[in-house]
Amino acid sequence: MPQSVLVVDDEANILLSLEFLMKKAGYEVRLARDGEEALAEIGKARPDLVLLDVMMPKRNGFDVCEAIRANPEWRPVRVILLTAKGRDIEREKGLALGADDYITKPFSTREVVERVTAWIGPAK
Amino acid sequence: MLGGYVIITVSFLYLSILFAIAYYGDRRADQRRSIIASPYIFALSIAVYATAWTFYGSVGRAASSGVSFLPIYLGPTLTFILGWFLIRKIIRISKVNRITSIADFVASRYGKSSFLGGLVTIIAVVGIMPYISLQLKAISTSFAVLQHYPDIVMPAKLGSTPVLQDTALYVAVIMAAFAILFGTRHIDASERHEGMVAAIAFESVVKLFAFLAVGLFVTFGIYGGFGEVFSRAATDPALARLFTLEAAGGYTSWISLTLVSMAAIVLLPRQFQVLVVENVDERHIKKAIWLFPVYMLLINIFVLPIAFGGLLHFPGNTVDADTFVLTVPMAEHFWTIALFAFIGGLSAATGMIIVETIALATMVSNDLVMPLLLRFGRLHLSERKDLSGLMLAIRRSAIIFVILLGYAYVRLIGESYALVSIGLMSFVAAAQFAPAILGGILWKGATRLGAMAGMSAGFLVWIYTLLLPSFARSGWISESFVQDGPWGLALFSPYALLGLSGLDHIAHALFWTMVINVGLYAAVSLMTTQTMIERSQAVQFVDIFKQPSEGARIWRGTATIGDLRRLSNRFIGETLTDQALQRFERDRGRRLDDAHAADADIVHYAERQLAGAIGAASARIMIASVLREEMHDIDEVMQILDEASQLVVYSRQLEEKSRQLEAATAELRAANERLKELDKMKDDFVSTISHEFRTPLTSIRSFSEIVHDNPDIPVEQRKMFLGTIVQETERLTRLVNDILDLAKMQAGQTDWQLARIEPRKVIDNALAATAGLFAKNPRIKLECRVAEDLPRILVDADRITQVLVNLISNAVKFCDKDHGLITIMARAEAGSVLVSVHDNGVGIAREDHKKIFERFRQAGDTLIGKPQGTGLGLPISVHILERFGGTIWVESELGKGATFFVRIPSAELSHLATAAREVT
Repeated sequence: MPQSVLVVDDEANILLSLEFLMKKAGYEVRLARDGEEALAEIGKARPDLVLLDVMMPKRNGFDVCEAIRANPEWRPVRVILLTAKGRDIEREKGLALGADDYITKPFSTREVVERVTAWIGPAK
Repeated sequence: MLGGYVIITVSFLYLSILFAIAYYGDRRADQRRSIIASPYIFALSIAVYATAWTFYGSVGRAASSGVSFLPIYLGPTLTFILGWFLIRKIIRISKVNRITSIADFVASRYGKSSFLGGLVTIIAVVGIMPYISLQLKAISTSFAVLQHYPDIVMPAKLGSTPVLQDTALYVAVIMAAFAILFGTRHIDASERHEGMVAAIAFESVVKLFAFLAVGLFVTFGIYGGFGEVFSRAATDPALARLFTLEAAGGYTSWISLTLVSMAAIVLLPRQFQVLVVENVDERHIKKAIWLFPVYMLLINIFVLPIAFGGLLHFPGNTVDADTFVLTVPMAEHFWTIALFAFIGGLSAATGMIIVETIALATMVSNDLVMPLLLRFGRLHLSERKDLSGLMLAIRRSAIIFVILLGYAYVRLIGESYALVSIGLMSFVAAAQFAPAILGGILWKGATRLGAMAGMSAGFLVWIYTLLLPSFARSGWISESFVQDGPWGLALFSPYALLGLSGLDHIAHALFWTMVINVGLYAAVSLMTTQTMIERSQAVQFVDIFKQPSEGARIWRGTATIGDLRRLSNRFIGETLTDQALQRFERDRGRRLDDAHAADADIVHYAERQLAGAIGAASARIMIASVLREEMHDIDEVMQILDEASQLVVYSRQLEEKSRQLEAATAELRAANERLKELDKMKDDFVSTISHEFRTPLTSIRSFSEIVHDNPDIPVEQRKMFLGTIVQETERLTRLVNDILDLAKMQAGQTDWQLARIEPRKVIDNALAATAGLFAKNPRIKLECRVAEDLPRILVDADRITQVLVNLISNAVKFCDKDHGLITIMARAEAGSVLVSVHDNGVGIAREDHKKIFERFRQAGDTLIGKPQGTGLGLPISVHILERFGGTIWVESELGKGATFFVRIPSAELSHLATAAREVT
């Protein structure tokens, strides 16, 4: 079974590109368009990693990250934040809330795949 | 056996003991080891209230009208229990202001008015005259009665005795001598007489024991106790009536006597002297509150038994009831008791005369004679160095004068009055001070003229209703004056003024004096204004407990050179002070020791030094505060007050300035807050712009890389990815355009192509531009209702079209996805064109109605999915409409769709508005 990655973003095009990239790397991919949907997906089946956009309607990325960390069962889940604001303070806040990594938009497709692989290993 | 010589010897022996105590007390006071610093001594000294009147007169009063002697003692008790805080206030005020007498107190309260001080003094001297005469009469009568022991012989009428054979004269002379010895051996800075207080306290013990001795002798020696005395009196028909209240004069009499005694315990000059001036520690009041009433109770217990004993002993009015204290033991042949009683009476009278005359003498010299002499410039008194010799001479003369006045009154009035009736006249006179003093410490608005009017009018009424009738009664004025009124005018009869009859003389006089006194005091005070010094004194008196307790510092003693040095250090620094004092030592060739008292020379020098630093007026005040000296010179005081009032003006200006400064600071703070807010808004804006740019860029980069790195992906997919790149690039372009648009509009750099156009045309343009959107969303229906006769508008057609396109595409974006309905309407309204775009979507929450017109503030968070667009459409629309004098707003509720309104003024209206703008 390949590792599973949950991609969360409110921009359809970004979702689409990340889905393509993760599938190509061999991971099982699920998608969510906002924070609530993301938490529902995690609840259904625990992913190995969440690519999480910060600025989203309803619950934003920070909220979701906090919720993930608040649940002991979800401890093994890796969280990589995606942000388009690109300010140091956002990065600090994300890491303080328990995110594992942090990627600034626009990102290099190669880098995203490398980071994901670094955290959960190449797809089996 | 009890010849005149024995009595005289014993009397002098007793007076010598009193003097010895006084002498010792003064010595101790000089060594600062006071023997009177005790609440017990204080309470006993207040008992100087009990005079020969109490000692002899109460029994006389009881023998004629039962318990009517009691209000005289009830009043003071009430004053102590109910009014102790007022007494404490008077004491505190007097300490702080170094008040030396009741005249001084009144004068000081009403702007240090020397006239008012003189008025109080005159009222006191005249008003107290009957009271002193009473004491003289009591001593001479008791001496005359005792002289004939064991025979009971009533003395001949005083008036008929030749002056030189009149015992009362010799008594007066001896009393004057003793008063001079007690009170005017030297001038004390504080007008306190510790030795005298000690002697008075002793005297109070002696008269109490003497009276108790007589009481015990009569009650238990002659009769078998209280029960037997009272039961025998009750069975005697002549005496039985004394048990009723009617005998005591009825309620009005009781109330008026109680009231007048309530005032007397504080306001009689001698009571003010012992209670206030001689008070060592105001805390002593607390013990005195109950100690003094207890004393009053003890000295009254045996009044009725002695009175009944006397009446039973001497039926038929053969013996003056005022002498029962003496004559009952004499009749029983107990000469020791009789002699002790005589000493007790002598003691009571002596105490009263000494304290009263000393208090009056202080008033006469300080408040009457000295101000007159000082004002009399030719005497050059104010330049003379030592005035103490002159002061002593004035006081001694005053004592002699006051006592001789009392004697003259005895001679005039003779036997026509009982002791108590004479004394009560003085009580009513003293009560004339009550409004001015009580009002003075409770009512800041009371003025000098009010006090003057009230007191002098009250005093004149007193003369008319009490003093003149007493002369008439003893035959010096026609009796008809009292009976029928002056010149037969019954309306002005002194005992029934304005037809007010049915009251006893005292109640009648008290009523009228108080009505006139209080009435004028209040009315004139309300009608007149205070001078500056009056106002400051009024505030100081009334608010004495609110001020920082400066009093303690003021009365503690005189200044030393060290005090001056420290004061100077505070203002001109140690170095300069040292230099100045060294210069003084060199110039005068004397050494300065910090522990030594400062003399006039060094004080003057120090003041000059200080004046250089802080100004003359302030230096005067500072030096005065260290010296605790009083400023006698009114001109000087006024000058200081003038400068002080200038200071007040400056300080007001300063306050005003600081208020302005505060306001400016507040404005600055607000501006700063606004700047911070703007700064944060700028940060937010930059961060939002960053987000808005990065989002399409992310898609563009991702898909470009994907297409680039994966040459093997299917053609369809590649096409789709490339399509996305184009689409996101367009989005980015729109964003850049919008931002530039907005920036230009905000900077006022936009080119506007103004033209008069038909609104219909703009709407058609907008519909044409958005036709593609409706083609893409066939489920959305469009309704368009445009009125026919719309006025032309003066606008940039492209810009207005841009606004409508924006509104329509928003409507498409947000309307119901399955049964979408968009309604566009246009109509004329009050010289304007009103266009509305309605959608049946989710609507906009009321709190977001304003927000959506701000930059990047799509109400996106509340919507499902993220709306497309730059988030700048509405803000740009706002700017465009502003340019054409129009407005844009939204009406909507959540779940009920939204309607955007655009109002554009007609071309005519715009034209007028522009014209108006150009005119103004």
